[in-house]
Amino acid sequence: MDATSPGVGPGTLDALAAEGIHRRFRETGVALVTGPFVSEVRATVPRFVDDFCLLYADYPVHEKADFADFHVSVEPIRGPRGWFRSLAVVRLDDRSPFPPLSADQALPMFEWGLNWAIVNTAYQYLIIHAAAIERNGRAAILPAPPGSGKSTLCAGLVHRGWRLLSDEQALVSLDEPAITALARPVSLKNESIDVIRTFAEEAVIGCEVSETNKGTVALMKAPRDSVLRKSEPARPAWVIFPRYAAGSAAQLTPRSKADTFLHIGNNAFNYSIHGTRGFDALARVIDGCDCYDFAYGDLDEAVEVFAALADAS
Amino acid sequence: MTAPDGARPSTQASDLVPSVLRRPERAPGLDLRTWDLLVRQARRAGLLARLCLRLEENGLLDSVPERPRLHLEGARTLAAKQARDTRWEVACIHRALAEIDTPVLLLKGAAYAMARLPAARGRTYTDIDVMVPKDRIGLVEETLQRHGWVPADLDTYDQHYYRDWTHQIPPMHNLQRGSVIDVHHTIVPLTARVKPDAQSLLDAARPVTGLGGLRVLAPPDMVLHSAVHLFNEGEFDRGLRDLSDLDELLRHFGSDSAFWPTLVTRARDLDLSRVLYYALRYTVAVLATPVPADAIRAAAAGQPGSATRALMDAFFLRALRPTHQTARDPLTGLALWLLFVRSHYLRMPLHILVPHLVRKAVRRRTATGDRP
Repeated sequence: MDATSPGVGPGTLDALAAEGIHRRFRETGVALVTGPFVSEVRATVPRFVDDFCLLYADYPVHEKADFADFHVSVEPIRGPRGWFRSLAVVRLDDRSPFPPLSADQALPMFEWGLNWAIVNTAYQYLIIHAAAIERNGRAAILPAPPGSGKSTLCAGLVHRGWRLLSDEQALVSLDEPAITALARPVSLKNESIDVIRTFAEEAVIGCEVSETNKGTVALMKAPRDSVLRKSEPARPAWVIFPRYAAGSAAQLTPRSKADTFLHIGNNAFNYSIHGTRGFDALARVIDGCDCYDFAYGDLDEAVEVFAALADAS
Repeated sequence: MTAPDGARPSTQASDLVPSVLRRPERAPGLDLRTWDLLVRQARRAGLLARLCLRLEENGLLDSVPERPRLHLEGARTLAAKQARDTRWEVACIHRALAEIDTPVLLLKGAAYAMARLPAARGRTYTDIDVMVPKDRIGLVEETLQRHGWVPADLDTYDQHYYRDWTHQIPPMHNLQRGSVIDVHHTIVPLTARVKPDAQSLLDAARPVTGLGGLRVLAPPDMVLHSAVHLFNEGEFDRGLRDLSDLDELLRHFGSDSAFWPTLVTRARDLDLSRVLYYALRYTVAVLATPVPADAIRAAAAGQPGSATRALMDAFFLRALRPTHQTARDPLTGLALWLLFVRSHYLRMPLHILVPHLVRKAVRRRTATGDRP
């Protein structure tokens, strides 16, 4: 069913962007391919369309989607509520899961909306709340609570030889130990925005949006190679719980598999939905993985530790 | 009883979900664009899992294109999880109430699940509904509290509303699991114009195999309760799903031809002939439920005058569509509003209803104004 070849130029949003893109988003919508999903995206908020085209430039788009997994639209709020402040709302299909927010938050809101839609409908996967990256066919799963430096580490590593599978949602197959690539933009918060700007000059980072409920947020474009290799799954080899601590040396400490299992199971988005199938799928993943805690205080050092891990056979 | 086809809105989009439930063999021939609409509408209607199982039973699921099939199977996975949770929850309730010697009836979804009826297949659940004798309701409430269920935090007016006017006490939720139980003492509000005899429902109830003490309504009562809930309560968020429940119940119980005369007689005895008339009329019209001609003739005793009938067709046939924008027409909003008003009229005499609605409206306005 994968109708798009991982091509360049024609077939990507970038190639469409020349020809009256705002009208396109307004009238027919764009059928965007992210990993295994097709989303029909409509928008009448010009600022959103510009931000979106920057971050999703490399993604394949269908000329016309007959079937879309998700139907997302970004619309301004009209009427009294919109008179004093420009507000926008994200709709999934014909309903909106979140209250309207300031229009400059439309892109982060779109990302949360799409995450919400995936978690609540894509039950063909066990979805772990974690970043996932790949090198030499092997994947590292990085589960962590917000504020632990997971996204910063993930954003750094994908500019140093690792492929981005996902920043927030690791899509684990239920029948085999495999992670499907999603390769959506990485959400950076507060200080980590400047950390990544300095660390990787080639990183494309969208507008900073302040005053969200997560502080200042900016989305980093997924590296082009990660986007194009969306059809290559990866076999999980490591589960690593990152924790940023200023001044800490980069260090891996083994963690027990049982504890890792419990922790991931508790934090998976849809573990309980799958019953015994979910248990088996998670057990298969953990069985095949080395599990660690990882403390780091410096991204360059972290990159070295991860490179050594990937190069060890 | 004439088929209400004349009143059925003819746009194809609004009939898509029912048409595939009526004739699952149509599904493999649908193009992807139609699947796109079907999945969205069926999900919104709460019928995606049931659709999946209907296709699977007919050996048709494998011929559904992969993209929509993943959504169907996903819904099936979620429904299976909810069915597991429901069984677990019922077992917990059973254990808690075993210490008091009182009959406990499971209603609606929980009853379908525990009695292993086809109406449970692919159904989604929100809360557990039970019914107990009115004079035991205080004891049941107290016992549930001792076992970890807590009453909703309501103000005095809402407490008064539930306890004095409706047919249930305020919903209780379990502190550990967050699950919600609605404890009823009859099947329609105390203030309603028709008042089926609760004792007679309890007397006719059937035990649930393997769960001594728990019961479900007898087949005709189960159908009538499902119907009174759908046609008199004015909430149509899941209208088509509830109609499909009725369709499943009627197909299942109706395979025994002795069921139909009992159903009609029971409706008359419980003062629910009008509701039964609607139930048969709209399951036949929308889902092609196989109702014997004799039963349709007998149920016509409950039909309203021809003007009311035409009006109710216009309302119900709109309310019984999936609540998705693609299944609406310009009159859908009005139809839903009028059915909502009708349900309140049926539920309460005007001297209670008018002050209640004013109070609700004022409160809603205040709540909106408070929002930052």
